[in-house]
Amino acid sequence: MEGLERIVREHPFFAGLGDDFLALVSGCAKNVRFEAGEYLFHEGEPADQFYLLRQGRVALELTAPGRGALTFQTLSTGEIVGVSWLIPPYRWGYDAKALELTRAISMDGACLRRKCEADHDLGYDLMKRFMPVVIQRLHATQLQMLDVYGSHG
Amino acid sequence: MSEAEGSAGSVATGPVAITAAGLQLLIEALQRRGYRVLGPMLRDQAIVYDDIAGIADLPRGWTDEQEAGHYRLRRRDDDAFFGYAVGPHSWKRFLHPPVQRLWRAERDGETVRVTPEPNPAERFAFIGVRACELHAMAIQDRVLLGASHADPHYRARRDGAFLVAVNCGTAGGTCFCVSMGSGPEAAAGFDLALTEIRTEGAPLFLVAIGTAAGQGVLAELPHRTATPAEAAEARSVIAKTAANMGRTLDAEDVRDLLMRNLQHPRWDEVAERCLTCGNCTMVCPTCFCTSVEDSSDLAGIETSRSRRWDSCFTMDFSYIHGGSVRPSAKARYRQWMTHKLATWVDQFGTSGCVGCGRCITWCPVGIDITEEAHAIRESETR
Amino acid sequence: MAAMAEQAIATGGFGDPMVPRVARLRRRRRDIAQVWTLDIESEAAAVEFAPGQFNMLTVFGVGEVAVSISGDPAAPGPLIHTIRAVGPVSTALTALRPGAPIGLRGPFGAGWPMAEAIGRDVVIVAGGLGLAPLRPALYRLLAERRRYGRIVLLYGTRRPEEILFRAEIEAWRRRLDFDIEVTVDHAVGDWRGHVGVVTALIPRASFDPQHAIALVCGPEIMMRFTVAALRDAGLGDESIYLSMERNMKCAVGLCGHCQLGPVFVCRDGPVFRSDRLRGLLSMREI
Repeated sequence: MEGLERIVREHPFFAGLGDDFLALVSGCAKNVRFEAGEYLFHEGEPADQFYLLRQGRVALELTAPGRGALTFQTLSTGEIVGVSWLIPPYRWGYDAKALELTRAISMDGACLRRKCEADHDLGYDLMKRFMPVVIQRLHATQLQMLDVYGSHG
Repeated sequence: MSEAEGSAGSVATGPVAITAAGLQLLIEALQRRGYRVLGPMLRDQAIVYDDIAGIADLPRGWTDEQEAGHYRLRRRDDDAFFGYAVGPHSWKRFLHPPVQRLWRAERDGETVRVTPEPNPAERFAFIGVRACELHAMAIQDRVLLGASHADPHYRARRDGAFLVAVNCGTAGGTCFCVSMGSGPEAAAGFDLALTEIRTEGAPLFLVAIGTAAGQGVLAELPHRTATPAEAAEARSVIAKTAANMGRTLDAEDVRDLLMRNLQHPRWDEVAERCLTCGNCTMVCPTCFCTSVEDSSDLAGIETSRSRRWDSCFTMDFSYIHGGSVRPSAKARYRQWMTHKLATWVDQFGTSGCVGCGRCITWCPVGIDITEEAHAIRESETR
Repeated sequence: MAAMAEQAIATGGFGDPMVPRVARLRRRRRDIAQVWTLDIESEAAAVEFAPGQFNMLTVFGVGEVAVSISGDPAAPGPLIHTIRAVGPVSTALTALRPGAPIGLRGPFGAGWPMAEAIGRDVVIVAGGLGLAPLRPALYRLLAERRRYGRIVLLYGTRRPEEILFRAEIEAWRRRLDFDIEVTVDHAVGDWRGHVGVVTALIPRASFDPQHAIALVCGPEIMMRFTVAALRDAGLGDESIYLSMERNMKCAVGLCGHCQLGPVFVCRDGPVFRSDRLRGLLSMREI
């Protein structure tokens, strides 16, 4: 358990997390690894975890028949994968695939949701960590879809 | 099958028997009636179906040694006419030909006249149709004639055909007709059905009559009533074949088994072996998929469209929006096997598989549909 | 007798569903980039079609392609088709001059559930070219307006320049008995309308989920997310219909190409009720 706590605290997402909260969230954590090409989850599956990436790279994809898997974002060391666990209906809206050997901490979303309901201070701390991630991704996505590199005229 | 043309003489009651000479006369009687007679013969180190002139063309005294990815001809130590199972051909190459022109069009300025391809006047007589093959024809009948739009080319060939079935006396190494309920005894769908036995060292054929047309032809041949011993011998031959199947497949609920295991890791495993060569679809007697091709002369005056066999194993088969819907070998193998054993049932009310074993024999890497089904089933009980 | 007549029309009078009858291109109009509407007149008697059905059009010597019938099922005269020129056949088709002969087979397929829609609110969600096979349904709904509840059209496309049937949509918007919202993925200049995904229009739309039916057509990713959004809005799978697309060669269930699990898109579809496709839509490479 101590080793896991250390790893969680060292991950940039949880930088500065106090000891009490660290103990709480580490109780929902476990080590996982994905081989290159392995899927972390698929579109439509229940979203009950998120991942702190320690090493490796993950592609977020949507698939269409005849076009195959379309990657709209990649995430790597120090980043997190998965925000759908935060809001109902708790379902993944896309596929996530490891592009190379990826080591991560899997955080049990259902476990965390319960703990946040029980301790609102923990909930607020987590929200403050998630909101920048979500907003930055939103801004980045908006820029991506403006097709700025296309020829316009 | 055609209606009775009127029998030339009466037919003996009870099980009937003819000799090898009678079989020769049967072929001649069919030729006289204008049928194109097709049957098994030796070519390219296999037993294939093609035009036969008489019993001398049959692969007498030969048998086939079949295993996954393996087919060899061997000499028998007797001279049975039908002592083998099935080869790479099935009768679909005549009823649902590999290439079939559909129509021609002629352009004259802005006018185009379309002429549908007429159907051949020839009628087929098939000698040596196995029980599994009769089932395969019945299955293709449901596919190609049962839909709201029937295939007139298939209908024309199918309606005119005269079928002389043969009950298998030798089980094939990859056969599992017993599991699929399609053999080894021909139960229906034939004009005549023969069972080859040996009496006093000479071949004898017991004859079952399936239709009035069959009865009419038989009446022209020298025949006699079979003795009870001969009839018993025929039953024993069939029973022995049934007891010596090379494979089994638990067909009980294989449709549900496969449909609830579409993400099973076994599909990845078989994909590592499958070359997506499509051999299985070519040799399978029920595979019916086709594609179309348009062609034109240089001036664009005469154009035509042809239909040709196609296979779900090709990348092009499911092409839309710039790519294949099933780009991986896994997806294509899964499509073929789940169609054959599962979704065929939803579409046509029967299994698509008759247990002939051709796909097992002619797969260059020896993939075995019975083994794949078994592996998935076993993994559930563990 | 009616069924036999239908069969005769669909098979071009030859009794063979694979033989086309010879029709003629009357008019062609470019709608948006690479998308054309073709008016095709059949030399045989006028052919009736159901909204959501398609025809197989042949360019003699080049090939054949499935094309959505996008016109008014009640209007006499030529059959209206809308197609995007993406491959050799569709490009050749859209390059034909008026008067040119075209091979015609059809109409094929199961169309939109117009009878089931009677008495209900109808929510139509179209994406990109998906508006084409939905337009005949819209014509029928508007022609028999009293038979239906609220009618809502939600249309999403890539840019304002790619709004299909734009003049018609603007004319429809002037009606008081028909709600239309159009959105684009991104826009420049003087576009004042919505920008965003079409599913974002669903929560704002006015319909009674308990008594509504939804007709959805567009790229498959868009349809997947639209079905999810409609379910979130309270519609059940038995009230949502989609138009699917797969590779087609024969269009009559004989060639095997358009299979999607247990169904043939040409014959059992292209319009399917969502509950029939639930598992299949979310599966890759099926």
